Amino acid sequence: MESLNIFIKSIFIDNMVFAFFFGMCSYIAVSKSVKTAMGLGVAVTFVMAVTVPLNWLLNEYVLKAGALSWLSESFHDVDLSFLSFIVFIAVIASFVQLVEMVVEKFTPALYNSLGIFLPLIAVNCAIMGGSLFMQEREYANIGQATAFGLGSGLGWWLAIIMMAAIRERLAYSNVPAPLRGPGITFIITGLMGIAFMAFLGIQL
Amino acid sequence: MNSKNMKYLFGPLNKNNPVIVQILGICSALAVTAQLKPAFVMAMSVTVVTAFSNLIMSALRKGIPDRIRIIVQLVVIAALVILVDQVLKAYVYDVSKQLSVYVGLIITNCIIMGRVEAFALGNKPWPSFLDGIGNGLGYGMILIVVAFFRELLGNGTLWGVSVIPASWYIQNGGFYANNGLMLLPPMALILVGLIIWIHRSRNKDLIEK
Repeated sequence: MESLNIFIKSIFIDNMVFAFFFGMCSYIAVSKSVKTAMGLGVAVTFVMAVTVPLNWLLNEYVLKAGALSWLSESFHDVDLSFLSFIVFIAVIASFVQLVEMVVEKFTPALYNSLGIFLPLIAVNCAIMGGSLFMQEREYANIGQATAFGLGSGLGWWLAIIMMAAIRERLAYSNVPAPLRGPGITFIITGLMGIAFMAFLGIQL
Repeated sequence: MNSKNMKYLFGPLNKNNPVIVQILGICSALAVTAQLKPAFVMAMSVTVVTAFSNLIMSALRKGIPDRIRIIVQLVVIAALVILVDQVLKAYVYDVSKQLSVYVGLIITNCIIMGRVEAFALGNKPWPSFLDGIGNGLGYGMILIVVAFFRELLGNGTLWGVSVIPASWYIQNGGFYANNGLMLLPPMALILVGLIIWIHRSRNKDLIEK
């Protein structure tokens, strides 16, 4: 049950974009059409649902204070947590590279439609942020970490799809000239964030 | 310093600002701006990391094969961020706790990767270093402006010192109340939107058609 709560919470209440501003750079840059937003959303959700549990395992069995004691009793006071940034980013970057190669080899059609977005994901703050939050919140088991990773990815996907849909309609409206492009996108995201704050009332 | 170097250093403060013109590094720019102090610390950290990652990558640029450059960049940046994180934990522990995961997120801050890719890989170390400092300061400037308004209007304080006279508040029989919405995430986005509006109406050539 706990996992289900974490899953729903990370989609709606702690939405990556509206509550923490994660992945804003690609969110603003790629939300011009629903089709490309869809592609990036799928890729981010997939990478996040895999890297967060992977990093959870690394954190639990290698990085945390005393995590290495399964290796030998004498390691029980070793604390490698200062290495976590470099380990997490290495896992993410190599996983993205791996996904890119697999997708290119087996489904060239999908590779062509995702093409440029795949390498971009390595530096998407939502992915790194997911792993860092997983570490900070100390999820109890790998099920909860997976639920959190998947939910956060879906939340990001939801946000970018909504934004892209609004921006497609916005092309026909008369926005003041200096606000066109990023300016109005920021203000709309802010308003959507206020709407999403309604979910804060849900007790889980 | 010649005029070209001056342009690298001061260009990002206005016409080429990383946050409001290049739209880079917004992730962390908004989250840490509820108060001035963490915003200032964040701005300094990002300036240091951008400057030194530009310097190091520019010095190494001829020796790195093109295919593995992203990994090398990430390793250099991550190492610098670990250093910054340890320094913050040692000297300003309370701010470091407040910034929580956002210090780690400097690694994926698009300003740093963006400047290394767009500038440092094609220029000499010294201009790259200046470009890094300039972009860090341009980023810091937006952070400070946003944090100034959010802390003043949301909390009635600046740098933790209250500036609104206590007798103005409603509970003391006055007419004033803090706007709690300013402290919540959405207002940071709206404030940046307004800054872009003002900046572009003063620089007409940046307006999108």
